[in-house]
Amino acid sequence: MSTIEHEKLTMAQALNRALRDAMLADDSVLMFGEDVGALGGVFRVTDGLNERFGDTRCFDTPLAESGIVGMAVGMAMNGMRPVVEMQFDAFGYPAFEQIVSHVAKMRNRTRGRVHLPMVIRVPFGGGIGGVEHHCDSSEAYYAHTPGLHVVTPATPSDAYTLLRAAIASDDPVVFMEPKKLYWSKEEVALGTDGPGIGTAVVRREGTDATLIAYGPSVPVALEAAEVAAQEGRSLQVVDLRSIVPFDDETVAAAVRSTGRAVVVAESAGFASVSSEIVARVTQRCFHSLAAPIGRVTGFDIPYPPPKLEHFQLPSVDRVLDAVDDLQWEDQ
Amino acid sequence: MTSEDVLGLLPADDPVRLIDADGTKVQGSGSERYELPSDADLLRAYERLVVARRLNDQANALVRQGRLAVYPSSHGQEACQVGAAHVLKQGDWLFPTYRDTVAAVERGVDPVDVLTLLKGDWHSGYDPYETQVAPATTPLATQLPHAVGVAHAARLRGESTVVMALTGDGGTSEGDFHEALNFAAVFKAPVVFFIQNNEYAISVPLARQSAAASLAHKGIGYGVPGQRVDGNDIAAVLAVLGDAVERARRGEGPQLIEAHTYRMQAHTNADDATRYRLDSEVASWVDRDPLTRLEKHLRSRGLMTDETHEQARAAADAVAEHVREGLNRDIEPDARELFAYVYAEQTPQLREQAAQVAEESSREVAGR
Ligand SMILES: Cc1ncc(C[n+]2csc(CCOP(=O)(O)OP(=O)(O)O)c2C)c(N)n1
Repeated sequence: MSTIEHEKLTMAQALNRALRDAMLADDSVLMFGEDVGALGGVFRVTDGLNERFGDTRCFDTPLAESGIVGMAVGMAMNGMRPVVEMQFDAFGYPAFEQIVSHVAKMRNRTRGRVHLPMVIRVPFGGGIGGVEHHCDSSEAYYAHTPGLHVVTPATPSDAYTLLRAAIASDDPVVFMEPKKLYWSKEEVALGTDGPGIGTAVVRREGTDATLIAYGPSVPVALEAAEVAAQEGRSLQVVDLRSIVPFDDETVAAAVRSTGRAVVVAESAGFASVSSEIVARVTQRCFHSLAAPIGRVTGFDIPYPPPKLEHFQLPSVDRVLDAVDDLQWEDQ
Repeated sequence: MTSEDVLGLLPADDPVRLIDADGTKVQGSGSERYELPSDADLLRAYERLVVARRLNDQANALVRQGRLAVYPSSHGQEACQVGAAHVLKQGDWLFPTYRDTVAAVERGVDPVDVLTLLKGDWHSGYDPYETQVAPATTPLATQLPHAVGVAHAARLRGESTVVMALTGDGGTSEGDFHEALNFAAVFKAPVVFFIQNNEYAISVPLARQSAAASLAHKGIGYGVPGQRVDGNDIAAVLAVLGDAVERARRGEGPQLIEAHTYRMQAHTNADDATRYRLDSEVASWVDRDPLTRLEKHLRSRGLMTDETHEQARAAADAVAEHVREGLNRDIEPDARELFAYVYAEQTPQLREQAAQVAEESSREVAGR
């Protein structure tokens, strides 16, 4: 990528620019789904693409998620690089069979002869006052399925570079977009290559304990670290960015450097990405750990209605409480 | 759309038939709308039907000998299998199911490679891009949206590809059947959806599957023209599917064809068909057999010589021997392959797991 421009963008705008730049760079990149054409998507992520690239490159489909993903499979088989949008997390479930049985398995079942360069964009998570079925954290379903890459940005800059990397990937990527961060703003370097899929990043240096977060929980972890600093405790924050592949190296190195860790994630904790993180980190860092790894996650309940959702979401206070529980010598 | 346009989407009242069970050329039954295929096409079809029947028989025998894990036979449905493949041109795509071994073979895939899945060596044994045959699909109807995607991608590039998408009668109840037809119609994708209605989905009869007037009538709900054909009459199958492929190629959009046929054997070797259907019902279809029907027809017109007969038998023998030889050959499975194709580039986690298996195998070799 050649020309680099800097612009202050929301995450939704950064995603939009990533799509636009990818479509400009490669004619085989297509964008389709529900209301992604004239409307520009319910979160405006595809704003202006239909106008700019026409109906063959960015188009609305009938309302059928299995059909959308299934058609993308065929198009990816036949030379295209489709990007599809699931309007909301819970509305990706009708496509689950296509994703699990075909998207994830095509390369393997054909011994590498057919690969599917496609991206499934999934707005996910709560914190926006959404009603039932609009706030699910569905990442574990995809992360559990071998053959898929699963990534989630926490900043507009990562949103841009990760989506470009996802579209450039020859493997299918489930691209989880934290809804509540769609309007977060940052100066983004457009036209740059990011670190690519599979690398976590240390968002804040710290020496006493490590907070491990991804997607919508990263700002919560950062805020908790800020408050802890005022109270004299230095917390490091790791942003996974990529759930699959998992960056064991960065995460384990971070935890070894502090000897204590708390995982922060919005989704229900049972059999989740957060449980996987605890298991992996414990195994790799056992001898460096001063305390069992803590977790702050959603409860194991269906996502609550808007008036009750603050009980479900990891809060700064809960994160700080979990940090307090990490068996400090001075306690 | 006027109601006349809508009525134009409806299939014929009776399945189109060009050759009767006794081999005579049919008058009526839609025969006025379709031409009997050329003598050369019928003779070629005859040879391929003989080969197809033998392939089914050989595969069944290999199951009994333990060389194949399972075989969903198309015995009785060979006219559909052969017809679906023969109406396609080079560059067209075929999307088969687990029951469509013969159709894939007729498109040029090596039968041994088609049977890789059922032998248990790997999930799919051929390169789909070599023959434009997608990997055979087991989750019912899920291949149909793929067919639409392949067709739509081709159309966006201005290619004249037609995609033949196969399903059984049971598959038409799945959501993906509906979604694929709807998408194909909205995008005018050149797909021929071909239903082999063999009366049963494992044990469940058609009446429990659908209350529609016929499965071909379902097209009307999507704006897709439907047609019904006698699936045991290769002449009619070739004519009706050939017409549908031409329409799709001309830009008329998707077509829905239902063949009326019958699964003469159990669903697979693991199934017991006597639990859900009567022997007398099966027997009533013997007279409608696609092979004997075409043979009678060719004989009645003096087109069938001893030589034709001999030639077909020799071709069948050769295929059967090739399949026996291929399936009796043992392939030593390589555990490294388990990790080789999950992603373009192995994740660090898969590298670790592959190393573990490699280490286990080297220990096994050393310990022997
Ligand atoms: C989604 C899905 N559900 C269930 C099955 C199990 N199953 C395999 S074949 C079959 C019957 C299919 O009948 P039909 O579509 O009529 O095809 P036929 O086997 O008769 O060719 C069933 C239920 C499956 N393969 N996929």
